[in-house]
Amino acid sequence: MATGIEPAPQSGPTGVRDASRAAIPARHLRTDRWWLAPAGTAAGLLAFVVYSTWRAFANADYYHAPYVSPFYSPCLAANCHPMRGGPNWEVFGSWWGLSPALLILIFPLGFRLTCYYYRKAYYRGFWASPPACAVAEPHRRYTGETRFPLILQNVHRYFFYFAVLVAGVLTYDTVLTFRDDHYRWGHMGLGSLVFLANIVLIWAYTLSCHSCRHIVGGRLRHFSKHPVRYRLWGWVSTLNARHMQLAWASLISVAVADFYVFLLAGGAFEDPRFF
Amino acid sequence: MSERQAEQRPGGSYPAHFRVWRGDADGGELRDYEVEVHEGEVVLDIIHRLQATQAPDLAVRWNCKAGKCGSCSAEINGRPRLMCMTRMSVFTRAETVTVTPMRTFPVLRDLVTDVSFNYTKAREIPAFVPPADLGPGEYRMRQEDVNRSQEFRKCIECFLCQNTCHVVRDHEENKDAFAGPRFLMRIAELDMHPLDAAPALGLDRRRTAQDGHGLGYCNITKCCTEVCPEHIKITDNALIPLKERAADRKYDPLVWLGNKIRRRTE
Repeated sequence: MATGIEPAPQSGPTGVRDASRAAIPARHLRTDRWWLAPAGTAAGLLAFVVYSTWRAFANADYYHAPYVSPFYSPCLAANCHPMRGGPNWEVFGSWWGLSPALLILIFPLGFRLTCYYYRKAYYRGFWASPPACAVAEPHRRYTGETRFPLILQNVHRYFFYFAVLVAGVLTYDTVLTFRDDHYRWGHMGLGSLVFLANIVLIWAYTLSCHSCRHIVGGRLRHFSKHPVRYRLWGWVSTLNARHMQLAWASLISVAVADFYVFLLAGGAFEDPRFF
Repeated sequence: MSERQAEQRPGGSYPAHFRVWRGDADGGELRDYEVEVHEGEVVLDIIHRLQATQAPDLAVRWNCKAGKCGSCSAEINGRPRLMCMTRMSVFTRAETVTVTPMRTFPVLRDLVTDVSFNYTKAREIPAFVPPADLGPGEYRMRQEDVNRSQEFRKCIECFLCQNTCHVVRDHEENKDAFAGPRFLMRIAELDMHPLDAAPALGLDRRRTAQDGHGLGYCNITKCCTEVCPEHIKITDNALIPLKERAADRKYDPLVWLGNKIRRRTE
């Protein structure tokens, strides 16, 4: 046990039904719709997991010049669709036979899985630990993030570093959308706007991360000795206050950007061009 | 319009239905009361009226009635709140208002609980270590260096965060290992203090937060922040920064290496 204090196993009722506490048989006495938030969160996350799993394994309809789906960028295997000037980096060579999305999605997935907001969301929504404040959880034991595997949540900062690199590549992809389907520069379509909105939200979510806040200045004791880092910390803190909203907005925007490319690649419609 | 809503009386008063937990460590029950409510009143007013008119032996702990002493913590319709800061106007007139003691601490009687768990935990946190080279009155700190700590100093020690934290609320056995959000926030406050000389004495607050005070039990589900009557961002500004500081010490080989090199250079 990380704390060095091993909790003694409890026999009989524990928690709010412990013998020392007020004798109230109900698990909770909340009268509001407390279940709505965790149920909505779980449904939203589940919908994204289903959609992204389907798209990640599909290995098709992820490129339509000049747009590449954010699920497949950067493309690290040789079996990728050739994208002119695009993010084809065959780091893994030709032995990789599965969808190339699986190689890169590990990093954004790890970043979001260990994110302090998503942790709250799935601990509440999927694991009911707790389902809501002052609503008793159904588990008999609880060790939190003191042991394997949840102690691995502490590697969040490393996923943040990778997330910055991935956001850099997606920024490059967004710049590439200002070409037409013959790769001539100086053009813009509806897809460029979709990608632009997506990359702004991805950066806002990435930079609002709690680990980023710690790295840029939170770890300091004397802000007065580091005025630049203090200023940066202030900006990140402002974004950090919206971390939950940015987490959802960027999750939706990345799915929308991918779906837009899927529709274009599948021939559902032509990309409306502005100029 | 419900029957109770129709019963409005002159001066805007109305009869409200209350269920209050009555009992002690040997047992108890929720008892029903009909109590007069006047405009602008808070739940604590109603509990006092109940005491004055129907239940003179009802035990309730209170003091300032201004949301600053942190005495009248209870659970109102299942939500941890201060009775003096919960306006009756947040409930509909037909609504039954259920008031129980905090359900994380041993009950003494009626709405009064034994909160000594918190005092035990407070004593386990090593105090501020004064810098050796400064005497009383010689401390000088820049505002930007103390802003973070000052937010945590707003705490009125109502222990609603301790009460709602599922780590101890739902698991009595974790009380030995886990200090709770209020006292982890205290460690964060001291670790962020620009003049705390604990490191000079070999006291590593970041490491002890994880190893001795159970920071790892916190799964940052933010209930402490939700119930804080002082609106302190306990999770975002204290617990998560403390987790990141503990990660610096225990789980980040790059930071460990950087510190080693810097120390050798110095």
